[in-house]
Amino acid sequence: MINSKRIPLREQDSKIRVKNFEEVCLGYSKEEALLEANRCLGCKKAKCKEKCPVNIDIPEFVKQIKIGNIEEAAKIIGKSSSLPAICGRVCSQELQCESQCALGLKGEALAIGKLERFVADYMIENNISITYDINKNNKKVAIVGSGPSGLTCAGDLAKFGYDVTIFEALHEAGGVLVYGIPEFRLPKNKIVKREIENVKKLGVKIETNVIVGKTVSIEKLFEEGFQAVFIGSGAGLPKFMGIKGENANGVFSANEFLTRNNLMKGFDENYDTPIKIGKKVAVVGGGNVAMDAARTALRLGAKVSIVYRRSENELPARAEEIYHAKEEGIDFKVLTSPIEIIQDDKGWVKAMKCVKMRLKGADSSGRKRPVEIEGSEFILDVDTVIMSIGTSPNPIITSNTKGLNVSKGQCIVACEETGQTSINGVFAGGDAVTGAATVILAMGAGKKAAKAIDKYLRGNGIK
Amino acid sequence: MYEIVEKKQLAESIYFMNIKAPRVAKAAKPGQFIIAKIDEKGERIPLTICNYDKDKKIITIVFQVVGESTRRMSLLNKGDYFRDFVGPLGVESQFVNEDISCLKNKRILFVAGGVGVAPIYPQVKWLNSKGIKADVIIGAKNKDMLIFENEIKNEVGNLYITTDDGSYGMKGLVTDKINDLVNIKNKEYDLVVAIGPMVMMKFVARLTKKLNIPTVVSLNPIMLDGTGMCGACRVTVGGKVKFACVDGPEFDAHKIDFDEAMKRQSIYKTEEGKKYLKNIEGKTHSGGCGMCGGDK
Repeated sequence: MINSKRIPLREQDSKIRVKNFEEVCLGYSKEEALLEANRCLGCKKAKCKEKCPVNIDIPEFVKQIKIGNIEEAAKIIGKSSSLPAICGRVCSQELQCESQCALGLKGEALAIGKLERFVADYMIENNISITYDINKNNKKVAIVGSGPSGLTCAGDLAKFGYDVTIFEALHEAGGVLVYGIPEFRLPKNKIVKREIENVKKLGVKIETNVIVGKTVSIEKLFEEGFQAVFIGSGAGLPKFMGIKGENANGVFSANEFLTRNNLMKGFDENYDTPIKIGKKVAVVGGGNVAMDAARTALRLGAKVSIVYRRSENELPARAEEIYHAKEEGIDFKVLTSPIEIIQDDKGWVKAMKCVKMRLKGADSSGRKRPVEIEGSEFILDVDTVIMSIGTSPNPIITSNTKGLNVSKGQCIVACEETGQTSINGVFAGGDAVTGAATVILAMGAGKKAAKAIDKYLRGNGIK
Repeated sequence: MYEIVEKKQLAESIYFMNIKAPRVAKAAKPGQFIIAKIDEKGERIPLTICNYDKDKKIITIVFQVVGESTRRMSLLNKGDYFRDFVGPLGVESQFVNEDISCLKNKRILFVAGGVGVAPIYPQVKWLNSKGIKADVIIGAKNKDMLIFENEIKNEVGNLYITTDDGSYGMKGLVTDKINDLVNIKNKEYDLVVAIGPMVMMKFVARLTKKLNIPTVVSLNPIMLDGTGMCGACRVTVGGKVKFACVDGPEFDAHKIDFDEAMKRQSIYKTEEGKKYLKNIEGKTHSGGCGMCGGDK
């Protein structure tokens, strides 16, 4: 008899965790992981594997957990993913692997993400790393950006034998994993740094403080002896609404707010970077970044509202994050859109004028279109506004690289299967190509590009 | 890690440093800036590049102690390191990409206030290397606060100095000197480049607009990453929102909303002051006004 419910996860109590930046979900113990793994039916034609963007052999690694062979489980995951401790935590499993799990038809799907996380954490906690036989081929590849796509592409290329260097613009490697996703969802020292160390153990070099397009051009990288380049520079340019008063003091992009807190550790008074948060904060937007910003503001002592223009059903954030945000006391003002930020006489945010929305029909992407309800304006009493309405790719690289084709939305044009761009030997993937998406999709793109780069440098050509 | 290979104190609270940063030195152009971070716990501090030497692989920075981070920076010595040093950032000065023969016909006036002399230097030096002598006005509080006089003198046509208290050069503000040159001495300029405190740039812009001289200023808003990913440095130029770190730092002075820019500079004022006092006064700092005493 198979239990239709998953083994519950231990979490920090919501009353305690709102006062700290420690991880909320505590993960499975070995016993709990074994019990959960035993729920897996071990399907022959495993749909979970098909729905994983990097096609981890899920039934196989779960089988190894069942028999208690965690190291072997890690090796199976390692064949497909270089960052399992991260993906197990931040993937939208309910839309990917877990969405097609047979157990989900009658009960709760297998907790695949949490099992992957358990395996990766077990390896980190017990200081075990997987060793690979690498035959070096002395060919140099440059990777631009150390986020999920760059790290994955670098890791795979290193395993193929390439001499890989990652160039990172910020002072720490990790991209959105270090500046965007908060500590309480993804611990930096315990998890992200260790996982990046594992990529370095494969021989990957990381040069921080190098802005490709400014410090060095892609052309110059080829002159330095790199034979191929992968651009994984992400989509880090914040969008603003363009409403009146948006430059008032106290209006931040979610990127700025989260970078100050996560990368610069503004919440810790031993660090020099200041962070300013008022008593009543509105976070505009409904994605994962909005949830992260809201829950961060809450932990800094503010009362927080999420202001979202569609209804609760359309919130793009992960179900788990929405659940956690509500549990922590974040107020959701849905079907609401800001139209003006009102300032006091010193130029600080005093309030936000909003309008009520209703949903009508569907737009070109199939999402319900929000329209303003006439005469429904009201004033929201806030002193800080965090704009989290999306990001687009940063134009520094594209505007400084001759011959690199970009789309209207500033995205790099690249072949979906190979990542090949309009320049020979230059590949791209992740948010830089797709616009803001997810960690695991970026990793998938990094993997595909690594294969294509290998093929290209073996001289087979891919065009 | 980026080594400090030379350090000098130029005036009270103004320091000069040569930093070994090969990649930055190789790519730097006039008008661009760098971001430095002292150590693990430090913040990212934007500073305009004052000089660059591709062969020696060094970047020169000049900074004034204005808060906790610059105070900490001033305590570093030759042989010490910055943990992080990134650049060159921002767009180079517009004239770098202009046609040299056109540029040679232009009469350019640089106006520098206080420590703003330092970022003027690579620009006048670059022009001089192309055979173009610009005029320069340097404004300082007093004679002791005047820096870079000799370096600038060798690269320009006419150098004019003003001090607030009249202890050196003309007594008065840089705007008084611009008035004097244009309205009394009938000098003609095709371009003014002004770099200094925001309030100085605002008043220079106001004056040159009246005088009908195109003017460029280099803005110094609050910055975090310096690569366009946060918008902390956003300014309104000609009614449009621009990020100073990637679209600037130089902009058409007559289109900038200076009042908004100055207001945005004050966002972290109290936090910065608290941190500065805490580290200067140590444990005796009560976090308040200093009058009430911590232990009563």
